[in-house]
Amino acid sequence: MSKTESGELLVSSSPHLWAGVSTGRIMRDVLIALTPAALGAVYFFGWRAAAVIALSMGAAALSEWGCERLMGKPSTLADGSALVTGLLLALTLPPTAPFWLPVLGAFFAIAVVKVAFGGLGHNFVNPALAARAFLLAAFPAVMTTWTKPFDAVTTATPLAVLPNPFSAEVMAGDLPSYTDLLLGTVGGSLGETSAILLLLGAAYLLVKQIIDWRIPVGFLGTLALFTWAFGGQAGLFTGDPLYHVLAGGAILGAFFMATDYVTGPITAKGRWIFAAGCGLITALIRLYGGYPEGVLFAILLMNVVTPLIDRFLVPAPFGGVKGRA
Amino acid sequence: MTLWARFRGGVHPDAHKTTAQCATQPLPRPERVVLPLRQHIGAPCQPLVKKGDEVALGQPIGDTDAPVAAPVHASASGKVAAVEPRLSPSGRMEQAVVIETAPEDTPWEGLPAGLGWDFDPDLLDPAFIRDRVRQAGLVGMGGAGFPAAVKLAAKPGCEPDAVILNGAECEPSITSDHRLMLEHPEQVVLGLRLFMRACGARRGIIGIEANKADAAARLSQAVAGDPSISVEVLPVRYPQGAEKMLVWALLRRAVPVGAIPLDVGVVVQNVATAAAAAVALAEGRPLTDRIVTVSGRVGSPGNWRVPLGTSFVDVVEAAGGVTGSLARVIAGGPMMGTAQADLNVPVTKTTGSIILLGPEDLDTTPAGPCIRCGRCVSACPMGLLPAQLCSAALASDWAAAERFHVRACMECGSCSYVCPARRPLVQSIRLAKSELGRRARQGRG
Repeated sequence: MSKTESGELLVSSSPHLWAGVSTGRIMRDVLIALTPAALGAVYFFGWRAAAVIALSMGAAALSEWGCERLMGKPSTLADGSALVTGLLLALTLPPTAPFWLPVLGAFFAIAVVKVAFGGLGHNFVNPALAARAFLLAAFPAVMTTWTKPFDAVTTATPLAVLPNPFSAEVMAGDLPSYTDLLLGTVGGSLGETSAILLLLGAAYLLVKQIIDWRIPVGFLGTLALFTWAFGGQAGLFTGDPLYHVLAGGAILGAFFMATDYVTGPITAKGRWIFAAGCGLITALIRLYGGYPEGVLFAILLMNVVTPLIDRFLVPAPFGGVKGRA
Repeated sequence: MTLWARFRGGVHPDAHKTTAQCATQPLPRPERVVLPLRQHIGAPCQPLVKKGDEVALGQPIGDTDAPVAAPVHASASGKVAAVEPRLSPSGRMEQAVVIETAPEDTPWEGLPAGLGWDFDPDLLDPAFIRDRVRQAGLVGMGGAGFPAAVKLAAKPGCEPDAVILNGAECEPSITSDHRLMLEHPEQVVLGLRLFMRACGARRGIIGIEANKADAAARLSQAVAGDPSISVEVLPVRYPQGAEKMLVWALLRRAVPVGAIPLDVGVVVQNVATAAAAAVALAEGRPLTDRIVTVSGRVGSPGNWRVPLGTSFVDVVEAAGGVTGSLARVIAGGPMMGTAQADLNVPVTKTTGSIILLGPEDLDTTPAGPCIRCGRCVSACPMGLLPAQLCSAALASDWAAAERFHVRACMECGSCSYVCPARRPLVQSIRLAKSELGRRARQGRG
């Protein structure tokens, strides 16, 4: 008998190989990368932080499951994107957040921003950031009440120490040191206080080529340049760019929010423009705007501009087209 | 070494060149060969024989006057059992000549006399070389199957100054060109000199990926003392062997979309085509066999010299038969090869490899929504936006597909290879290209 049997052969169009990095695996890597910052939040702010994170992630997952069930669609929980949204949202919330806050925010992020627009890949703004914006607008008092790490005393975030955080007296006064900002022993949202823990996760994503280095480099570079040039009290180029990069939500935003695939451009050139726009708007809001922190609205605004960027930046194919100059 | 010579984009699948050290073996004589009358890009040949005819090895059995075509020859002596449509590995039904092979081969007496292995290509008339290359039925043996003589034909205003031999073999799993370069470097080099003479180019370059250093060394030895020919080692990156990527890597010349390498003064041929040209001129033998790599779920993977028209069944049998259950058979490489619906298809001039995969080798991750990660954009060697092309094609928005330069796609599949969401990227681009082609033909007709 012939050893060669022509049984049922599966026919499909090439390629017949796959690199094996799935959407789910990417989301898992993002969760891994956010783990140091999340653990840092628990370390700095105690069990409440753990509860806020768990509630936010749980509510996000439950909202996605519930919405899809209501719509009679297959569940997409397995891709892990809802958990990423939940975790990102939690990391932008204040440590004093009442427990209904993450639940409401996560529901808004998933049901209104994500699922209502068609689910993963179709939302036009980052769900976690849009939810934070919603909470900030609806519950401003709750959203801006901060505690210092290891401390029950309520203080303001370093960017909101004084009415004008970059006035001469603030810059001359007792700002948190770079070391404090790096380690995270300052007031702030759950996940944005420790630059080192965030950078640890960011390095993981960069090494695994999950995120495009152009976005954080363009974002933070523009922010640093602009605040250095115009942020100082003694004239041009007397600003403190490092303070602006390390304080507030710039690191979290540049590495974990602006790099959200769905709401950013897909070309390299487009990503430079997107990143520079984020940096510029952040600086403008921080230096001249009414809000103490500009990262949130900078990214949201650039999210909205993304379809335009992608529309106008269609690269020429390799070698150009014959007959066209 | 031109290891720095990188093209933009591309991917790096595991090479899986497990048969690289398996010397080419002869195949047991098949009882029957099925020779499709189109094994090339272009017009099909008309049969020159009919059922019942006795044919001899190397006898032309199909030819045509169409400008873009290559004749087909009997790959064994025997008797024509049928001239009928048969399934070809391209997936199409093609008119084919079926030959019941005789126990012994007798060469056709009409074959041209060989020049021996010591002739000087530079003393030959270029038109004579082109004519012999056409007569021998040579096509691009790397997979595309473009008639080799057509590429060598003079074109007013385009004087090629360089011939590039493609020895990149960038597809995973395939080692047939590698074995050829190792075992017959002199044939490859003679073929290159013939091509240079035929199109008047003064410079010859053989491009090889760095994972075939032994072949590069052999070829360097074979070209020693000839300053007009160089052997260049290229980075291992798919699709290094794509014509445009190769021309860019070796000469830093970009071939525009809609143009061919000749437009930038280059003729690109596969190393196996060059070796076949050398055999055709030196021994007078037309193209009747080729090296085929058999890999995957078979008893003993390796490389075989296979008479054209031999059924995949016979080749797989020679390689020890299928081990385990079979789920997919690929003619060609895993990135661009064609999945077969039936193992009983013939080896053709472009079948460099047969890959047998079991159910455990197939990925069944379902497609999800595009997450706009941009991996396809980074991977596309042509600088296209596969994600945008895919959504345009799936929405039947052919105008948008054209705006995103769909015709520039060479279908290397790098985009689909990297896509985390398993989107049908290159597949939908193929759909758009064929639909636009159909519309263009209708518009003309």
